[in-house]
Amino acid sequence: MSNPVNLTIDGKAVQAAPGTLLIDAAKQSGILIPAFCYYEGYSLQAACRMCLVEVEKFPKLQAACTLPVAEGMVVRTEAASAVQARKTTLEFLLTNHPLDCPVCDKGGECELQDMVFRYGAGESRFTEVKHHVDEKQWSPVVYYDAPRCILCYRCVRVCDEGMGVTALGITHRGAYSEITPNKGDHLNCDQCGACIDICPVGALTSGIYRYQTRPWEMEHVGTICTHCSDGCKTTLGVRNNEIVRGNNRDSTGINGEFLCIKGRYAFDFIKHEDRLQSPMVRRNGKLEEVSWAEAVKAVAARFAEIKAAGGAIGVAGSVHSTNEESYFLQKFARQGLGTPHIDHARSGDVPALIHALAGKTDALATADSLYHAKAVLVVDADLSQQHPFLAFQVRANVRHHQAAVYTVTRGPVREEQTAAKAVHTADYLAGVRGLGEDLKKHADLVIVFGDGIKGAAVGELVAFGDSLGIPVRYVCLVDYSNSRGAMDMGLLPELGPGYHPAAVRGMSLPQMAASQDLAALWVVGADPLAGGKRLASGKAFVVVQDLFLTDTAKQADVVLPSASAYEKSGTVTNVTGQIQRLKKGLNIMGAKPDLEIFGLIARAMGVDAGRAQNEAVFEEIRKSVRGYNVPLPVLATGGAAQAQPVNGRVDVLPDPELVRSAGDTLFTSGSLGRYSKILGSVMEAPGALYKG
Amino acid sequence: MTFSPELEARLAKMLESYPKGRERAALIPMLMYTQDEVGHISKELAEEVAKRCGVTTLQVEEVVGFYTMLRTKKMGKTHLQICTNISCLLVGGDELWQHASKKLGIGHNQVTADGSISLEEVECIGACSWAPAIQTNYDFHHYVTLDQLDKLIDDLRRIQ
Amino acid sequence: MPYNKPHPAETIIISRRFHLPNSASIDTFLAHDGYKAARKALDMSQDDIINEVKKSNLRGRGGAGFPTGMKWGFVPRQSPKPKYIVVNADESEPGTCKDRLLMEFDPHRLIEGCLIAAKAVGAHQGWVYIRGEYRYLIDIMDKAIAEAYKANWLGKNVQGTGFDFDLSTHTGAGAYECGEESALLESLEGKRGQPRIRPPFPAVSGAFQCPTILNNVETFCAVPDIILNGGDWYASLGVPRAGGTRLLCISGHVQSPGVFEVPIGFPMMRAINEMAGGLRPGRKLKAVIPGGSSCPVLKADECDLPMDYDSLAKAGSMLGSGGMVIMDDSTDMVKAALRIIKFYQHESCGWCIPCREGTLWLKKILTRLDDGIGVRSDIDLVGELAENMLGRTFCPLGDAAALPTISIVKKFRAEFEARLAQVQVPAGVSESLVRIHV
Ligand SMILES: Cc1cc2nc3c(=O)[nH]c(=O)nc-3n(C[C@H](O)[C@H](O)[C@H](O)COP(=O)(O)O)c2cc1C
Ligand code: SF4
Ligand code: FES
Repeated sequence: MSNPVNLTIDGKAVQAAPGTLLIDAAKQSGILIPAFCYYEGYSLQAACRMCLVEVEKFPKLQAACTLPVAEGMVVRTEAASAVQARKTTLEFLLTNHPLDCPVCDKGGECELQDMVFRYGAGESRFTEVKHHVDEKQWSPVVYYDAPRCILCYRCVRVCDEGMGVTALGITHRGAYSEITPNKGDHLNCDQCGACIDICPVGALTSGIYRYQTRPWEMEHVGTICTHCSDGCKTTLGVRNNEIVRGNNRDSTGINGEFLCIKGRYAFDFIKHEDRLQSPMVRRNGKLEEVSWAEAVKAVAARFAEIKAAGGAIGVAGSVHSTNEESYFLQKFARQGLGTPHIDHARSGDVPALIHALAGKTDALATADSLYHAKAVLVVDADLSQQHPFLAFQVRANVRHHQAAVYTVTRGPVREEQTAAKAVHTADYLAGVRGLGEDLKKHADLVIVFGDGIKGAAVGELVAFGDSLGIPVRYVCLVDYSNSRGAMDMGLLPELGPGYHPAAVRGMSLPQMAASQDLAALWVVGADPLAGGKRLASGKAFVVVQDLFLTDTAKQADVVLPSASAYEKSGTVTNVTGQIQRLKKGLNIMGAKPDLEIFGLIARAMGVDAGRAQNEAVFEEIRKSVRGYNVPLPVLATGGAAQAQPVNGRVDVLPDPELVRSAGDTLFTSGSLGRYSKILGSVMEAPGALYKG
Repeated sequence: MTFSPELEARLAKMLESYPKGRERAALIPMLMYTQDEVGHISKELAEEVAKRCGVTTLQVEEVVGFYTMLRTKKMGKTHLQICTNISCLLVGGDELWQHASKKLGIGHNQVTADGSISLEEVECIGACSWAPAIQTNYDFHHYVTLDQLDKLIDDLRRIQ
Repeated sequence: MPYNKPHPAETIIISRRFHLPNSASIDTFLAHDGYKAARKALDMSQDDIINEVKKSNLRGRGGAGFPTGMKWGFVPRQSPKPKYIVVNADESEPGTCKDRLLMEFDPHRLIEGCLIAAKAVGAHQGWVYIRGEYRYLIDIMDKAIAEAYKANWLGKNVQGTGFDFDLSTHTGAGAYECGEESALLESLEGKRGQPRIRPPFPAVSGAFQCPTILNNVETFCAVPDIILNGGDWYASLGVPRAGGTRLLCISGHVQSPGVFEVPIGFPMMRAINEMAGGLRPGRKLKAVIPGGSSCPVLKADECDLPMDYDSLAKAGSMLGSGGMVIMDDSTDMVKAALRIIKFYQHESCGWCIPCREGTLWLKKILTRLDDGIGVRSDIDLVGELAENMLGRTFCPLGDAAALPTISIVKKFRAEFEARLAQVQVPAGVSESLVRIHV
């Protein structure tokens, strides 16, 4: 920091960097100047006038949100004049406010309530007729109640600056001003709901949460969203064993307050009527509900038989399971069942990247690097659609640090709005090479790439990065909440945990499906036979653990209902290798976490694969998986621990042909999205990538 | 949507009178001049102007809602604006307003059934030294008396 | 537009061409010293022009009275960005109707003023932001601009001096707030007329975020004579801290209302009694709004003063925009207060809480009081609410609403009380409640 500025706030000597706004300088020294319209990270408004403070030598009260600190400044934030001003501004604000707090969703979490409490503008002298406007529904998830609105413009800014969507505006004038959606009477947008969370009062409310509960009746469970791989923390509001909302107002977690529609609303799949709640065993060609004991016995007996007979057992792991589950599954498969045939649906060529970065340190970017890098290059990804949080980070970087963004994609993407250069091509490497001269100018760069760069191309991309002569870091995009963990844990036929070559190379998923000799297929949270595909081996015993009766499950001999990420604990690893802890929010009757199911089967088979218990398995992961020796307290307190870059060659590289992203949009999410009524209900859901 | 050749020429010139990349600056003038021809800011007109100025329809809506002269509703053939602000008030502006409203049977921002006249009680129109003042569309009338107003309204009704 | 011959007591400088036949044409203009000052300025250095304006003690005629030369001096010399000239012709302050005359009768004077300002700061483009209601003036200005282009007083290489300057008109669309300079710039850029956070001021970051000179029509119009006759000459016409003449728009209860040019410091009572013909027979002066409706009202006994910034400030009011509203003893001050607040409520942009909610609340109470419905504490409440807006709003519109209100309630309290005593609370809905326009 260049020479700090010295000032006095409420009698306290304070130092701040030149240019710091008074409201921030005060906050840094523990003095909270009240405000409605000021919101860290977004543009300044100075509209609410709540932050007025007394500053010596100024004839009038000054707005702390726009006043930069100055040497020798003497500020009194709670001077009698400032307090009087705030109190009367609140009185003004309450004139047209409906004061329907007892039935307002925001009651108890309302900044206006808190402010009135603090400044005691309790009694009102307003006896005139209020100006009433009916409440409006803007989308299945967003409602607007104009009379409650205090016109702080937070929602407008979060939509414009934060999301890059600009779906909200202001119409009319003066006291009749209203926030207005982009389609006249409704919203066509990402439906992220950020406007609802950022609203200090109950003007914007959530279609799924409204009138459900009072905030203090909920338990707040901070866990990780189970949809895409960005790993946003979402705080579930749980009441009576039911999730009533998701948000992240406590701002902990890598995503701060950010959540997309999936993180905020798309947990409703867990209560879908098709959700499996009882194990089933095929009898006379039909799946029949049985007890857990019976089902586990059937699986264990058959697995033991096949194992004894030396039959080939295929195992398909999940991109939603926890690290503990994936680790345990591969260990159980390889050691307990003695099979090398293990795989999962791969969506990004992480092993190739790790290999290409051998010998480098600090070359894997995190979500945080996307916010701090001087330049970001996005290759083959519609980031706003596929990785909403990473896209949010890039936008924030542009806004706060004027980062330069480059895109090389096959169609228009939102990132182009602020991009320094945008290239449309399907020859990604050629597109990237064409930007060499531009990229070189920046102090550092993060390259984010999708499945269009895989196999040898990854090596070429890294070689290109090396040629720039600036520090370059990379993100290899993968699809789902624990796609990255599935790979790190060794759910690959070629590689074991930590990318060690497997002792015996097994069959990949397509190979298993094509094998005439496959004796069993154990599918955990995956759908390899989606679309009605059939196994080549007619005799294979198929076991499926899932939430729903997937296409694969329909062909299964035994179906075991498993718990979703919101119903279990454990850890997951996000797209940038950050390990975070899941926290169980509720129970769904009948379903069990995969890890528990594995334990039951192992016990019934008499196989020793270690204790099927989260802490024990994670301890083993920490010891044996490269990069996972992270400090436990970070996880325990709900933080994210970076899996240390795996530094070294990967001796056996998996087949790049098997890497294929599902291409989910904001409104789809693999097999789970289909069961979220909310995701399906949004009006003009784009539903396609590369539309800009 | 296309406009008369004269208006098109004006709009083309308008777009050129701002720095490059700042076509949005033409938004309000373009709305004003096209409204004069079309009658009001219809949805179609809003979309057309949005396209020409490179903004979203929401941005047009924000602007239309802010400015009193931009209207989403059809007004009368003659829009009669009566100033009742302070200088006019002192010399009979309010009486003019009352009279017109009663005579026409319509209130603020309403249109007569035959569509010939709409009425608006306006804020100061910059004619204070020649008060009371009214405007019919863009034309000013100064030192207006009740009799003159009466006659004016009769004339306007006739030419509908 | 009615324009009478100048009154003998006037000092006609910027209005001196008003009465000429065909005064708006470039021929008339050129025949009467037109563009002489611009020609001179085009050969002057930037510093010399600005110094001359500084010496003249010209203060902005839009309302705030900021020294014009100083403002021009704030424009950065070296700027990688283009610089712009913006004329504030939004003239919407109730009581004010002077810029209209300048544009109607001497549009080339305004163009000349802009050209000199452009030369002074190195700007090459400018806009005249004219309120939407003044369409006929936009047409007059457009015509004058076209003439000026044709005669090469605008456009490329003006008069062969190598200096380029483009000027065009820009219409407003009905919003008083767009007279506030930063809201005007937002409006110019095609947005809602909401004011900007200041600083930065327009001189540093104005139109399209570039350094901009923004002045009132009358301010620009004063510049040619300053260049022609020198800053000292102009300063000598006024008072020590404010030079020159200004246009007074006299309206209300006088026999010959009109717009008159007087030197700054001209006695208010002379303006009322001599130039504006005095009050109607049998009437006595009750109050004067000295400079547009945003100024605190003066009682008759406070009006014996010279019309200059300092004297009016001492009397607790402002010189403002030159809009003098004269009220005689027939004036209903409760109605006047209501009408004034109704205006500010209608024009409040809605950005900040105290103005947005305060003006609406005040309008509602005053409507009630005007109907005689209320209690005595309502009168105090009006004053108090206005005080609670004062100095706390985002832009000066809030103050503009509060100041006249506070002064009327304070100075004419008895009338409010009388109103409450006189009217019985009627059954049913009051008429003025019905007339609250949404
Ligand atoms: C609410 C409000 C309305 C204003 N309206 C006008 C106006 O109509 N015309 C004008 O010239 N200045 C107006 N002003 C003053 C301008 O903000 C600005 O001070 C002025 O245009 C600067 O020019 P000047 O220095 O030449 O006076 C207004 C100010 C406020 C706060
Ligand atoms: S004082 Fe506030 S609400 Fe009023 S016009 Fe200015 S910014 Fe808008
Ligand atoms: S008050 Fe009516 S024109 Fe100014």
